[in-house]
Amino acid sequence: MTEATLDPRERSSIIRDSLGVGVATGAYGVGFGAVSVAAGLSVAQTCALSLLVFTGASQFALVGVIATGGAPISGALSAMLLGTRNTLYGLRLAPMLQWRGWRRALAAHVLIDESTAMSVTRETTPAARLGFLTTGVSVFVLWNVATCAGAVAGNAIGDPRTYGLDAAVGAAFLALLWPRLHSRRNQVVAVVAAAVALGAVPIVPAGVPVLAAAAVALLAGILTKDQPQEQQP
Amino acid sequence: MIWVAMAITGVGCYLLKLAGLSVPPRVLERPLVERVADYIPVALLSALIAVQVFSRGHELGIDARALGLGVAVVLLLLRAPFLVVVSGAALAAALVRLL
Repeated sequence: MTEATLDPRERSSIIRDSLGVGVATGAYGVGFGAVSVAAGLSVAQTCALSLLVFTGASQFALVGVIATGGAPISGALSAMLLGTRNTLYGLRLAPMLQWRGWRRALAAHVLIDESTAMSVTRETTPAARLGFLTTGVSVFVLWNVATCAGAVAGNAIGDPRTYGLDAAVGAAFLALLWPRLHSRRNQVVAVVAAAVALGAVPIVPAGVPVLAAAAVALLAGILTKDQPQEQQP
Repeated sequence: MIWVAMAITGVGCYLLKLAGLSVPPRVLERPLVERVADYIPVALLSALIAVQVFSRGHELGIDARALGLGVAVVLLLLRAPFLVVVSGAALAAALVRLL
C-alpha cells in the first residue's frame, strides 16, 4: 500500500462507479421497507432499522424471523450471525484504509458488502478511502430514503398477503443468496441448512429453526478442510 | 420487544464492523473462522427462505408463496434485477390467490 495522490481521472472514475453502486443498492431499500412492514414492524421501526443496523442481509433476517412469528431475540441473533461477515471485510480493509480514532468509528458504520467491494481492489490508500466513503455514504443515504418510501407505500396498501408481499420476502432472500450458489459446496450447505430448518419447524419455537441452520455452517467449516481461497490480498 | 431486539441488533452489528477494523488480523484470520464465515450467510439465507416459504406457525405446507419462489428462481435465471425478482414473486402469489 503506497501513499500517493489521486490523479483527477482516477478520482472521477472512482466517484462515478461508487455512486452507481449506491443508486443500484438504494433500490433494494424499497424492497426492504415494504417487506418489513409486511412482517408486522411499524414504519418508524422499519426506518430506524435501516438507520441503526445498516447492513441489508441482517435487516432482512431480523424482519424475516419476526414475520414467521419468531421471538424478536432469535431474529437479533440471526441478524448478528449474518453480520459477522462485515468483521472479515474490516480485517481486509483496515490496512488499506488506515483510519484511527473517530474516523474509524464513523467508517465502521458504513462497512458493508458494497463499500468493501468498491475499495478492496484499490492500489493506494487515498483511492481505497475514496471508493469506501463514496460508496458507503451514497448507499447509506439512498438505502434510508428508499426504506422509508417502501415502508410508507407498503403500509398504505393494507393486507400484505393480498399483494403477495409475504411471497416477496422469500424471493428477496433468494436474490441475496443467489450469487453465492455458484460453488458446489455452497449448494450443499444451502440444501442441508434448508432441510435442517424445515425439520426443526414442527418441534422448536419459531425463529429457532433459522439459528439451527447456523450449526450447519459450523459443521461444514469443520468438515471441509481445503476450501480453495477465492482471492488473497 | 421489537425495539429491544432492534437495539441489540444495531449495537451488535456495529461492534462486529468496528471489530474488523480494530483487532489485529491474526486474532480472527484463521482458515476455520474464514470458512465458517463464508458458509454462515449461505446457511442462514437458505434456512430463512425455507421457513419463510414452506411453513405457517409450526406446520409445513405448500401454498401461493411456493409459486412466488418458483417465479423468483426463473427471474433470477433470466438475470432480472432485484426489484423485478421480488415484485414478480409477489405478483405471482397475489394472482394465484385471486383464482
